[in-house]
Amino acid sequence: MSFIRAKKLHYDYLRYTEEGKEPEISHAVTDVSFDVEQGQFIAILGHNGSGKSTLAKHLNALLTPTEGTVWIDGKDTKDAEQVWNIRQTAGMVFQNPDNQIVASVVEEDVGFGPENIGVPTEEIWKRVDSSLQKTGMTAYREHSPNKLSGGQKQRVAIAGVMAMKPKCIVMDEPTAMLDPNGRKEVIHAVQDLNRREGVTVILITHNMEEVIEADRVIVMDQGHVEMQGTPREVFSQVKRLRELRLAVPAVTLLAYELREAGVDLPECILTPDELVDELTKD
Amino acid sequence: MAIRLEHVTYTYSPGTAYEQTALKDVSLKIGHGEFLGVIGHTGSGKSTLIQHFNGLMQPTSGHVFFNDEDIWSDGYDRRKLRFHVGLVFQYPEYQLFESDVLTDVCFGPKNQGLSEEEQIERARRSLAQVGVKEKYFKKSPFELSGGQKRRVAIAGVLAMEPDVLILDEPTAGLDPKGRNDILDQIAAMQAERGITVILVSHSMDDVAKYVSRLIVMNRGEKVFDDAPQDVFAHFRELEDMGLAAPQMTYIMQALKEKGLDVDVRAGTVEEARDSILKKKKKSGRRTDNG
Repeated sequence: MSFIRAKKLHYDYLRYTEEGKEPEISHAVTDVSFDVEQGQFIAILGHNGSGKSTLAKHLNALLTPTEGTVWIDGKDTKDAEQVWNIRQTAGMVFQNPDNQIVASVVEEDVGFGPENIGVPTEEIWKRVDSSLQKTGMTAYREHSPNKLSGGQKQRVAIAGVMAMKPKCIVMDEPTAMLDPNGRKEVIHAVQDLNRREGVTVILITHNMEEVIEADRVIVMDQGHVEMQGTPREVFSQVKRLRELRLAVPAVTLLAYELREAGVDLPECILTPDELVDELTKD
Repeated sequence: MAIRLEHVTYTYSPGTAYEQTALKDVSLKIGHGEFLGVIGHTGSGKSTLIQHFNGLMQPTSGHVFFNDEDIWSDGYDRRKLRFHVGLVFQYPEYQLFESDVLTDVCFGPKNQGLSEEEQIERARRSLAQVGVKEKYFKKSPFELSGGQKRRVAIAGVLAMEPDVLILDEPTAGLDPKGRNDILDQIAAMQAERGITVILVSHSMDDVAKYVSRLIVMNRGEKVFDDAPQDVFAHFRELEDMGLAAPQMTYIMQALKEKGLDVDVRAGTVEEARDSILKKKKKSGRRTDNG
């Protein structure tokens, strides 16, 4: 079986308006099925309210399906006995770095997770060392998290997840609140973990430029999977993405418009280098 | 001049071990009807700067003027100033609190002491201007989507009919369509009402597309103050400050280096497209489609 498998996943939010009255139902996720192999880098796109975050919360059993099944590393998320295992296997990083930091010193924050599950002290420090090193935060280990930039705080949050030795990291818009440099730092740290450590990455984002190196892009709309493919396959659908309230990277849009105006270019360009090479060849 | 800063310096916790200078000798003038952008990395002093514009923070030294009056002079009515200079904070939807959308937007005008009729009229006009449809007026603001909530929060400030509207990252966390919609509506409203708009943003693409003047903050100092195209020409210095230029700037620079004589000042997709097309057509390749 694949490392992550969702089969006919449905999730409904219930809203209770008045005592005794039937709750209002909103279908946040409807009939979603997909497979992710160990070590893949998957990006999830979709407009606000399309069901991305609800889907993400199923990947570490913060939510369990109303209907259908999600398996993480072979474990059914509805199996109450497996919840803690699943959360160790798939760690989550959220949007706001300030909501994810618990300790007053960086290294203690990173060690918080393993300490909670009773890892022996010596092993905790080993994990803290290696997690800080993997996210490039070793130099800040004795700093107060308060004094760090947004990008650095997110890297501490990622190090905290890494200290749990997960096989998978699920990130829900980790760069939305960061400045350009912070975004770069976080994305590079994640790409590194994916390539060097083989950690499976699920990245939810509104920033199209962060998606171009993903193995696969899943586009959500109204709770279901609307498109799926490599970044090149997905970003070649400029019009369709616009209808879905999304966009393509700026360079892809420029190439698309030049092509529409008759310039001889290949179909879907993803990077500035590709475009510059095409426009200046011969 | 709508807003004028003269040698403004602001120091947090002066005289303690935590003393930190957030603004260093900043002077600037903002005219009526300008559409101004402010960029800078986290901690560069952007937020401290904009909170000086409506008197939420008092300079440690230097002066702040609104319509040529020193806002920290004795007897100046700073409460009234805040109706003239409206500030929309980051994630303003967290500040929604009323039971329905219309009442929430009426809160500002109500505090200004306007009659109920006037409050409602202003609230309706502001909601229309940010694209919130009538069918949502009686809904709880908490039932709306992220983009709609953001709009309602902006309308709440607009309803006070400020002369200057300051927006701190109004599009953070919104999807691309929501981003464009809100900025298009702000631009249209700026043109229609003729008000001054100050946009704080991390998105260089948005800044390139909408503002006509751009201020760059770094380590508490104003390092650039120019047309966005001219600011982005300093893209290497911007990178050293943890910022960047729009993707278009890099493409145009690279094309020029490789011998295609395009306009390196192009910052938006439209400008870049037009400039490349001009050169491509002159060179005589591919003329079949035009």
